Amino acid sequence: MSNAKAQSKSVLWDWLTTVDHKKIGIMYLVAGAFFFALGGLEAILMRIQLMFPEFSFVPAQTFNELLTMHGTTMIFLAAMPLLFGFMNYIVPLQIGARDVAFPFLNALGFWLFLFGGILLNVSWFVGGAPDAGWTAYVPLSSESPGTGVDYYVLGLQVSGAGTLIGGINFLVTIINMRAPGMSMMRMPLFTWSTFVASMLILFAFPALTIGLLLLMLERIFGATYFAVDFGGNVIIWQHLFWIFGHPEVYILILPAFGIFSEILSAFSKKRLFGYSAMVFATLIIGFLGFMVWAHHMFTVGMGPVANSIFAVATMAIAVPTGIKIFNWLLTLWGGRIQFTTANLFALAFIPSFTMGGVTGVMLATSAANYQFHDTYFVVAHFHYVIIGGVVLGLFAGAYYWWPRIFGYKLDETLGKWFFWLFLIGFHLTFFVQHFLGLIGMPRRVASYLGGQGLDTMNFISTIGAFLMGIAFIIFVVSIFTSMKNKVTDADPWGNGRTLEWTMPIPTPEYNFAQTPLVRDVDALWYEKYEGDGKMKAAEPLGDIHMPNGSILPFIMSLGLFISSFGFIYYHEGFLWLAILGLVINFGAMFVRSIKEDHGYHIPKEEVIKGGK
Amino acid sequence: MGQHGMDPSAPLTGKPSKKTQRKLRNEMRTQLISFVLMIFLTSMAFISIASDAIPTGFAMPFILLLAVIQVILQLYVFMHLNERGNGWPNAMIWTGVLVAIPTVASLMLLLGIVKW
Repeated sequence: MSNAKAQSKSVLWDWLTTVDHKKIGIMYLVAGAFFFALGGLEAILMRIQLMFPEFSFVPAQTFNELLTMHGTTMIFLAAMPLLFGFMNYIVPLQIGARDVAFPFLNALGFWLFLFGGILLNVSWFVGGAPDAGWTAYVPLSSESPGTGVDYYVLGLQVSGAGTLIGGINFLVTIINMRAPGMSMMRMPLFTWSTFVASMLILFAFPALTIGLLLLMLERIFGATYFAVDFGGNVIIWQHLFWIFGHPEVYILILPAFGIFSEILSAFSKKRLFGYSAMVFATLIIGFLGFMVWAHHMFTVGMGPVANSIFAVATMAIAVPTGIKIFNWLLTLWGGRIQFTTANLFALAFIPSFTMGGVTGVMLATSAANYQFHDTYFVVAHFHYVIIGGVVLGLFAGAYYWWPRIFGYKLDETLGKWFFWLFLIGFHLTFFVQHFLGLIGMPRRVASYLGGQGLDTMNFISTIGAFLMGIAFIIFVVSIFTSMKNKVTDADPWGNGRTLEWTMPIPTPEYNFAQTPLVRDVDALWYEKYEGDGKMKAAEPLGDIHMPNGSILPFIMSLGLFISSFGFIYYHEGFLWLAILGLVINFGAMFVRSIKEDHGYHIPKEEVIKGGK
Repeated sequence: MGQHGMDPSAPLTGKPSKKTQRKLRNEMRTQLISFVLMIFLTSMAFISIASDAIPTGFAMPFILLLAVIQVILQLYVFMHLNERGNGWPNAMIWTGVLVAIPTVASLMLLLGIVKW
């Protein structure tokens, strides 16, 4: 089955069957951006409802659905896929590989995520979205009427499988596919943080899978794990959810830390300060991330010893995080700082995220937590770390890697408008929410009474949300208006330090004509100063072996998508649909197993032509 | 495939070297000893539960200990985790154990009747 050449395909078929990590990365970015806009719209609708006391913009039930879908969408369908997009595109380039270790699985991971995300959002059109919060605490979720929570369970199960597959793929890629000379301690920080985040995915997602499975059995098949009157225990769900859920927030923030490390170092024209300390801090954060989950449950009644242990463990995380903050500051210290849009986002991250970190230590104080719990103080805290950390990281990464991924630079003037409006809007929205929480406004409420001192701050918060919305529209506009700023230089910023800036733009589908030889951390920077500015090759020019595309990942994911509907409408007699979907899924797996596919080769002559 | 590299599934030809032969002999001995040990440990576990002479309070931790030994033997002898080039699988497995043990242990304590 080895073809001399890939067949030429139509554009749509090409994207549906691609196993190229760069195209899959772009699809993650596009799908993630769509869900990000959707989640943002849900947030704006909620903020309009809370703009005035006792406002009746959306009914309370819709508000519950909006808040559930906002959280679920932003975490699972926007932040993680957007990070996966950058990881997919950039990590193989940073380690000098031609693709990820398992290109077929990579495509499968993407399609599972996309179908899971679509499944979750189908619920809007068929009797209401899930309404039990993104944490879906039982018994609220197990007793919730309608099919909303069933969509939550199966949508997350399908997209979670995709995430797990993606995480394992990154681990194997980073362990096995590094170019000669790139030891673990020469890897760029973004690759390192991807590695640690993937380990967290590997160990944390099984807990979510089990939790969702129990909830599905409880809701659809009448199991009683969480039913107290049958001897069940509702707290089990909270534990399972947070054993997954706390590592999940580090899965989000660690890759963002990696992005900032790359950008701050590139735009201060300095090597990252304390590289090895940064690596070990990342590892320690990853490990401690598993030991603190119960700090989400201080008010459940676990007992004073348990609360104290988890409080201290939580506060301990501030130490490696502090190491990172100081290392970034010292990277900037004495550097030749360029205030590009990418770097502005990275610079704004440091104080914004530190504020979220400080409220995090406040929340970790278990005695004080009884006051903060379930108020807007918590909402302010996690938006400060997630927007101030992850979202700023995503925008910084977008501006930094945009020329590499899409072949043109985003407009810097519009970019600065976007940055300032977004930053001001963000602080306007969430800073006042600290005080709303401290004076007692509970989170997840659809309305509040006037004259209690809540009116002004809620109004300010909504104005901030509008500003963030306008800023995002400017960003979307600038994507289209900047298309003329084409770049062809391999290193468009002029101060690239790592391997992703060594191949022509647009990136050839085989990435590296010859696998590069890595001689130091910041491999490209080393060659610029100690060599001739070009990477040395670690192998002679030759034919390049490439994997064939396949439609099977799409079909497998479609099978699980169909099957999920069968389970959701099990009681309406749709068991046959569930079986049909599984047959499609396993049938595609069977075809994949028996059909030999050795890929194809790009001949040497074409590689030489492509390099010119 | 064709001209690109060797066929990895082709059968081996020729005799192994002296060194390889010695290595294979040693490995055979290790495998046999571990096999006998495994049978012995399994029967110990069975006897400690089946016999009335051994109190349950001793038997339960005892068979758990035997189980741990058997898992380690299984991984390192029969699944060749002790051989060179298995550094990463080792690291990942032990990281998983390191994360899972405190998680499961504290979860059991937290879900119990006693409030700590």
